[in-house]
Amino acid sequence: MTATDPIRPAPTVHAKDARRLERQVAWLLRAGVTVAAIVVLAGGLAYLVRYGAEPVQLGVFRGEPEVLRSVPGIVSEAARLGRRGCIQFGLLLLIATPVLRVALACLAFVRQRDWQYAVISAIVLATLVASLFRGLW
Amino acid sequence: MTVLVFSLVAAAIAFLAGLIGSLTGLGGGVVIVPALVLGLGVDIRYAVGAALVSVIATSSGAAAAYVEEGYTNLRLGMFLELATTAGALGGAYLASRVSPSAIATVFGIVLLAVVLFSPRGGHPVRSPSGTDRLAAWLRLEGVLPPGEGGMPYRATRVGLGFALMVLAGVLSGLLGIGSGAMKVLAMDWAMRVPYKVSTATSNFMIGVTAAASAGYYLTAGYLDPGLTMPVMLGVLAGALIGARLLRRVQTRALRMLFQAVVFVLALQMIYNGVGGRFLR
Repeated sequence: MTATDPIRPAPTVHAKDARRLERQVAWLLRAGVTVAAIVVLAGGLAYLVRYGAEPVQLGVFRGEPEVLRSVPGIVSEAARLGRRGCIQFGLLLLIATPVLRVALACLAFVRQRDWQYAVISAIVLATLVASLFRGLW
Repeated sequence: MTVLVFSLVAAAIAFLAGLIGSLTGLGGGVVIVPALVLGLGVDIRYAVGAALVSVIATSSGAAAAYVEEGYTNLRLGMFLELATTAGALGGAYLASRVSPSAIATVFGIVLLAVVLFSPRGGHPVRSPSGTDRLAAWLRLEGVLPPGEGGMPYRATRVGLGFALMVLAGVLSGLLGIGSGAMKVLAMDWAMRVPYKVSTATSNFMIGVTAAASAGYYLTAGYLDPGLTMPVMLGVLAGALIGARLLRRVQTRALRMLFQAVVFVLALQMIYNGVGGRFLR
C-alpha cells in the first residue's frame, strides 16, 4: 500500500501493523502455555516418582523455602534439575507469558510511534516485573 | 494421604472444574479453591496461589483465539490493565495480611454474586454515542464485526469502568479467580462496549491480571509446586477438552447444575469462614 493511494491512506498501514501484532500475541500466548505445561509435567513426574509415597503436608501453612520463592533461586534450582525447582520454573514460565505479551505490545506501540500507549504498556510492564522481583531489592 | 494419591485427587478435581468451567462459560477458577479448601483441607493461601496460575493457563488459550478473530480491543485491554494489575497487587497484599477465615467469607459472598449476576449478554451493538473526552483521547474505539463494513463503537464512562476494573483486580488477587464476569460488567455495562468485544477483551486481560498477583504469591512463598502442578495441569486439560466438546454438548442443564454446585460451595465457604474454622 503506497502513500499516494487516494482511497485508503495511512490507516491501512496501521491496521496491517495491528493485525501482525494480533498474530504475534496469539502465537506467544499458545507457545508460552505449551512450553510451561511440558516443563511442569516433566518436573511433576520426577517429583511423584521421588516423593509419591510420602505424606502430604498442605493443611498447615508454612510458606515455601527461600530458593523456591525468588526468580534467581528458582532458575538455579531448575538448572541443577531439582524436582520441585523444575515445577516451579515451569510455573514461572507460565507467569512470564502474559508479561512477555505486554512487553511485545509495548515494543509494537513504540514502533508505531504511539507514545500514549507505549507509556501505558510500559507502566503495566513495570507493575508486573516489580511483583515478580519484589523482595530482591 | 500420600503425595501420589493427593496429586491424583487434586488433578481429577481440577480437570472436572476446568471441563465444566469451560462448557458453562463460568470459568473453572471459582470451584477450584473451595474444592481444595473444603474437600482436601488445603490452606486457602496455597489454594488461591494454585488457582491463580491455573487461570493464566486457561485464559491464554481462549485469549489467543479471540485475538486472532479480531474481536479483542488491544488498546482498551492495555489501558484497563493499568487498573487490574494495580488492583491485583493490592488484593495479593491483602491476602497476606488478613486471616484465612476472612478470605473464605469474602470468597463465599463473591461466589453467590457470580451465581446470581453472571452475565447473560446479547445486547445489540450500540451506535458510537459516547462523548467521553477521555475515551476520545485514549481512542477507546473500534468496529464490530472486525474488518471493513463493521459498525463503529466507542467506550464511554471511562472513570466508572476503570474503578470497577480496580475492584476486579483486587478480587482476582485476593481470591485466585479470573474475575471475568466483573470485567465484562465493567466494559459491557459501565463503558457500553459491545458484549462480544467485552468478553474477548476480558479474556485477554485475565492472564495479565492474574500474572500480577501470581508474581506476588510466588515471591511471598504461597505457590507450592507440589499442589500447583496437579491443579494447573488438570484445569488446563479439562478446559482444552471442554472447548472441543462445546459444540456437541447441551450446556443449559449443565450450567444450572454447575450454578447449584457453586451456590452450595458459596454457603459452605461463608459458614466455615464466619465460624472461624480456617483459623490456624
